Amino acid sequence: MASASRPPTGGPGGTGAAPVRSDRSPWNWLLLVPIVVPLIVPFYNRVEPTLLGWPFFYWVQLLFVGLGVLTTVLVYRATRRSPADRAAARAAVARDAGGRDGGH
Amino acid sequence: MDGVNVVELTIVVVLFLVVTVMGFVASRWRRAESLMHLDEWGLGGRSFGTWVTWFLLGGDLYTAYTFVAVPALMFGAGAAGFFAVPYTVVIYPLVFLVVIRLWSVSHVRGFVTPADFVRSRFDSPGLALLVALTGIVATMPYIALQLVGIEAILKAMGVEGELPLIVAFVILALYTYNSGLRAPALIAFVKDTLIYLTIIVAVIVIPSKLGGWDAIFGAAEEKFSAGTGAGVLLPATGQLGYATLALGSALALFLYPHSITGILAASNRDVLKRNMSALPLYSLALGAIALLGFMAIAAGVTPIGEDGNTIVPVLFQEMFPSWFAGIAFAAIGIGALVPAAIMSIAAANLFTRNIYKEFLKKDATPRQEAQVAKVTSLVVKVGAVAAILFIDPQFSIDLQLIGGVIILQTLPAVALGLYTRWLHRGGLIAGWSAGMAAGLLLLYNIPRLGPDGTVVREHFGGSSFALSELGLDVSSSVYAGLLALLVNLVVAVLVTVALRAAGVSAGVDGTADTDYTAEREDPSFRDLPDPLESAPPGAAGEARARG
Repeated sequence: MASASRPPTGGPGGTGAAPVRSDRSPWNWLLLVPIVVPLIVPFYNRVEPTLLGWPFFYWVQLLFVGLGVLTTVLVYRATRRSPADRAAARAAVARDAGGRDGGH
Repeated sequence: MDGVNVVELTIVVVLFLVVTVMGFVASRWRRAESLMHLDEWGLGGRSFGTWVTWFLLGGDLYTAYTFVAVPALMFGAGAAGFFAVPYTVVIYPLVFLVVIRLWSVSHVRGFVTPADFVRSRFDSPGLALLVALTGIVATMPYIALQLVGIEAILKAMGVEGELPLIVAFVILALYTYNSGLRAPALIAFVKDTLIYLTIIVAVIVIPSKLGGWDAIFGAAEEKFSAGTGAGVLLPATGQLGYATLALGSALALFLYPHSITGILAASNRDVLKRNMSALPLYSLALGAIALLGFMAIAAGVTPIGEDGNTIVPVLFQEMFPSWFAGIAFAAIGIGALVPAAIMSIAAANLFTRNIYKEFLKKDATPRQEAQVAKVTSLVVKVGAVAAILFIDPQFSIDLQLIGGVIILQTLPAVALGLYTRWLHRGGLIAGWSAGMAAGLLLLYNIPRLGPDGTVVREHFGGSSFALSELGLDVSSSVYAGLLALLVNLVVAVLVTVALRAAGVSAGVDGTADTDYTAEREDPSFRDLPDPLESAPPGAAGEARARG
């Protein structure tokens, strides 16, 4: 998942350029696990071992849901920005929500 | 009106009235200065937090199709219907890094639709038009499919005629017109609460009534042992089709305009990342819903008038007291309204931005844009109702699958475009054309087989294409959408190489690299809604006033 790196072709006009950031992180490779595993059908296309009367085919695929959650949570946590950045983001949302009822 | 279950109908009508009131009140929720702006009417102010986004996207992605068609598929085809689970597992890690880039660039540049992005990125109104048309065409049957869900519960309650369906959609059309995206966002809270309630009760109550899970899977086993191909497990030849259908559907889902509408309405990147972890809760519910198909087999449910989509409502009627069946039916009915509203808004945004403003009225003001979008959302719903009156509900899944095949053809421009500009606009147009032609040709050549192996329909019978038709010596089949996408990509690459060699201009990129990682607090960020200009910026460096 590489982003093309070209010289910027002119940022948005006005009040200063956006900071240069990157979405790249080695942690992102983890996301491949819950993409690939559920697609290897021969691995789970069987009845045994059953669980509470459920054939393996069914309960293991519901288990994959957990695998997906685990991985995305892990990647999100590992690639989170610094607390200062996050506070700035919250302040920006609050600023934009100003004048709205129930904005948070 | 004899044969109508009064208790069920009363509960459904009452809950429907509750969400109708909510739909109208929604215009005053998270108050905007004026709803007459696409950022407000069409994207709910682009300010939804984690919870609202979770309900909105959940209500958007897991539709009445979920509740009605997936169990019907399990009921008829066995394990193959369970593809909905891996499909909704792989999708979130797949798009985790994609949606945040789309969100960032759209917020910096004021894009409302995926076609806005394509126009600016590849400097090609023509390519944007193709993306917009594909989105609208793929969305239309999807909206019609929601009506099929409502029809199924009406049939089960013994309500005759098309009038209730039309009334429901007129009301939906009015509050969508009035409140825009805020209406489905607010109603989604009710819808999802009802759905989770129904599912939790169903997986506890129904198996205990049927003698446990062993009995349920046993009954399914027994039913399929007599037939051909279907079973509680996949036949060896069905495994490739299962995996490719799951992957292809996952690639397609976030290309749909209504999914992108839900993404762009989020208030920041973290909201989206968190939702990639939270949305799979719906996938668990979907697994349980799918198994309702096997429960219906064990309960000996017979569909009403050959309509497989009625098996879940009938099962609920047999297993639950009337009052709870009414709640479950309301869950399905409202579950159809939320996505139908979002889809019509998304289609209206596409028409307004990429057809009306692009080709009919270049200097449209934000107010005119909003007005056109509101009217278009009405027209789209009328079209959906008309479609359902003339189309056999039996083909609802197939219609949706055809939509999936064609929306996949926008992947190179929309998804790959977020990462690289390597593909030439001409190559993308050629690829799209080739992919569409290939996809429709493949679908045309897929027959539908009956349970006894005879051909029921010659053409457009499904989306699994037998590889033996291509002269390969295998008995597996593969999802037609992926094959078409492959053709699309190959053509796009070849034409790109040719155009570069010929020195044809690739246009000017209207976005900057930093746009794709922009955060809410960046100075490049637009104040929303931007009162002076809502047009997607054309050429790079176009000056825009900021407050």
